[in-house]
Amino acid sequence: MKKPELLVTPQSVDHVKALLQAGADAFVIGEQQFGLRLAGEFSVSEVEEATKLIHAAGKKVYVAVNALFHNEKLDALAEYLKEMQRIGVDRLIYGDPAVLIIRREQGVTIPLHWNPETTATNWFTANYWGKRGATRAVLSRELSLDEVLEIKENTEVEIEVQVHGMTCMFQSKRPLLGHYFLYQDKVMEIENRKENRNMFLHDDERNNKYPIYEDANGTHIFSPNDMCIIDELGELFEGGIDALKIEGVLQTPEYIVTATEAYRQAIDTYFDESEDAYEDIKDDLLAKIEEIQPAIRPLDTGFIFKETVY
Amino acid sequence: MALVLEQNDKIREILDGKRVITKKPELLAPAGSLEKLKVAVHYGADAVFIGGREFGLRSNADNFSIEEMREGVEFANKYGAKIYVTTNIFAHNENMDGLEQYLKDIESAGVTGIIVADPLIIETCRTAAPKLEIHLSTQQSLSNWKAVQYWKEEGLHRVVLAREVGGEEMKLMKEKVDIEIEAFVHGAMCIAYSGRCVLSNHMTARDSNRGGCCQSCRWDYDLYELEDGEEKALFDDNHAPFAMSPKDLKLIEAIPHMIELGIDSLKVEGRMKSIHYVATVVSVYRKVIDAYCADPDNFKIKREWLEELDKCANRDTAEAFFHDAPGHEEQMFGVHGRKTTYEFAGLILEHDPETKMVTMQQRNYFKPGDEVEFFGPEIENFRFTMGEIWDEDGNSLDAARHPLQIVKFKCDTPLKPHNMMRKENN
Repeated sequence: MKKPELLVTPQSVDHVKALLQAGADAFVIGEQQFGLRLAGEFSVSEVEEATKLIHAAGKKVYVAVNALFHNEKLDALAEYLKEMQRIGVDRLIYGDPAVLIIRREQGVTIPLHWNPETTATNWFTANYWGKRGATRAVLSRELSLDEVLEIKENTEVEIEVQVHGMTCMFQSKRPLLGHYFLYQDKVMEIENRKENRNMFLHDDERNNKYPIYEDANGTHIFSPNDMCIIDELGELFEGGIDALKIEGVLQTPEYIVTATEAYRQAIDTYFDESEDAYEDIKDDLLAKIEEIQPAIRPLDTGFIFKETVY
Repeated sequence: MALVLEQNDKIREILDGKRVITKKPELLAPAGSLEKLKVAVHYGADAVFIGGREFGLRSNADNFSIEEMREGVEFANKYGAKIYVTTNIFAHNENMDGLEQYLKDIESAGVTGIIVADPLIIETCRTAAPKLEIHLSTQQSLSNWKAVQYWKEEGLHRVVLAREVGGEEMKLMKEKVDIEIEAFVHGAMCIAYSGRCVLSNHMTARDSNRGGCCQSCRWDYDLYELEDGEEKALFDDNHAPFAMSPKDLKLIEAIPHMIELGIDSLKVEGRMKSIHYVATVVSVYRKVIDAYCADPDNFKIKREWLEELDKCANRDTAEAFFHDAPGHEEQMFGVHGRKTTYEFAGLILEHDPETKMVTMQQRNYFKPGDEVEFFGPEIENFRFTMGEIWDEDGNSLDAARHPLQIVKFKCDTPLKPHNMMRKENN
């Protein structure tokens, strides 16, 4: 059995250094005009700087180009892919098939990860994108553990799943916060809060709080709970899942570091020591996460143990 | 004599000195049942999209059995109309069972094509049911021409664009890629990129991408910000709560523009809507398309067409992304009840030209003295004051109270089967 990769989302170049220390194996970075809901914003030169650091540590860097693109962005995307080729990042994360076409046209050879967010839901389609160049499928977070494991059993591509953090449940092209302020005749609020990522929607009936923000890709709304399955990793390990992601969007840098350390310890204990050793420490690891968990963000296990109907 | 205006310009020609449009777009209508399918085709749809019992996104709609699809195809064939079946879920592993047989059955029913989002279904269709056309669903949120090129290279017949794509973007797609393009022109909208919303999954454990959408985007929420750990309200008593409910799409006035762009199929949304809605919307868009194509240079939108569309409107309407990005006025705040100005009151079954007696199936309460309106593809709309009403046995009625009851009344103006009667709401 091979250790799964521990994949994290740094917020800055300095944060990359801290996360390397904490034991991360791979990093998702990029900028919002090409990548969706990144934990931090990395300019091209910062990608270059981060890549040098990460490669020097023998780790991997993945650049997100998984936005839904409109015509006006295609030329910039082509230039960006060429820059990534020059820098020598390890993978490109895509959702829009335009990336496949542009990559081919530009002679870019960086391997691909397929990540369409909500729509990577079965093994056949993961293999389909595999035949078209993807080396990995990033599964949707709305899948149960059984579905995840069945996908892994039947795919030729690597499988990545999120194990920790917030999940996006909605993306609109429309600036919905700005529209609400305009409707309320509070034009000033738009400028005041443009960069803020501290707003949430309260759902009275469910008593849930959904984080919401706007950026170049529109409006994004997030799950009311943070997923955490640090004490439920055994079956993912046994099933040979290739990569475990800690989603750091809207978390503090310190929080992401602590979560990374905890998952590092879980993986190493299981693989370097034993399943029993992991069983012994997993409740402590969970407690460590609970200690840093913001009061406003309850923990849950996402859809891992929850079925959906339709 | 026909003179082609420009090379490669297949949309327009000059006929006897007058410009005409020779490439008419398809008018594509929704049908949630066999009855709605027949109404849509009879009222002028060139094609109809329907849902089957599986693999589609409206688990609440009646949906078609294979036998009903076959009957729908036979009916549509008489009018030269096509039928497409929506199979646009994003499948989970468990949904793969039975897919092959299902696609074969659809093919054998004589359907023209399927509307698909998941490559699983695209690939399965190619091998199991190769005669079916494959149309990419709006669930893929296709937003740029390179992605259109990708699906062209994959051999798809048609792509349905994301609802976020504007007219200028469509133009470039048509110029760059030789593939049929279908775009929404009328009906309810997702406020999210289609396929990229799982609010239902999180809020109600219903999978939106397999037909379980509970329309959480139409609910109210309270907007707050966190400031130093304090929750501060960003709403006040003078305004409605935060909402993201979009107005319905209505592109009737952009139809000429879309025809000139060469858009291949103009799509009306609404498999859950009534036959009155389908009939009204289809007949209006039919008139707009036909009038523009016959004489584009003297075309004007008629006020009566706009008024007619309003008679079946459920919500306020907007043009969304077609010209510019939609503003806040294209969303509804504090508006929940649906607005309807007219009710569907009855479906004409027969009109006896001798006795002037009308036989009608009741669809809503009406009584003698009510002001009503008749409409249909063969007639000009006309208003009428309801006289005496009888039941099938000739008993006089004080009102037509019972849904689907067969009633009779006299009307001097000729009516045709499938014409409809509507009544203004008080």
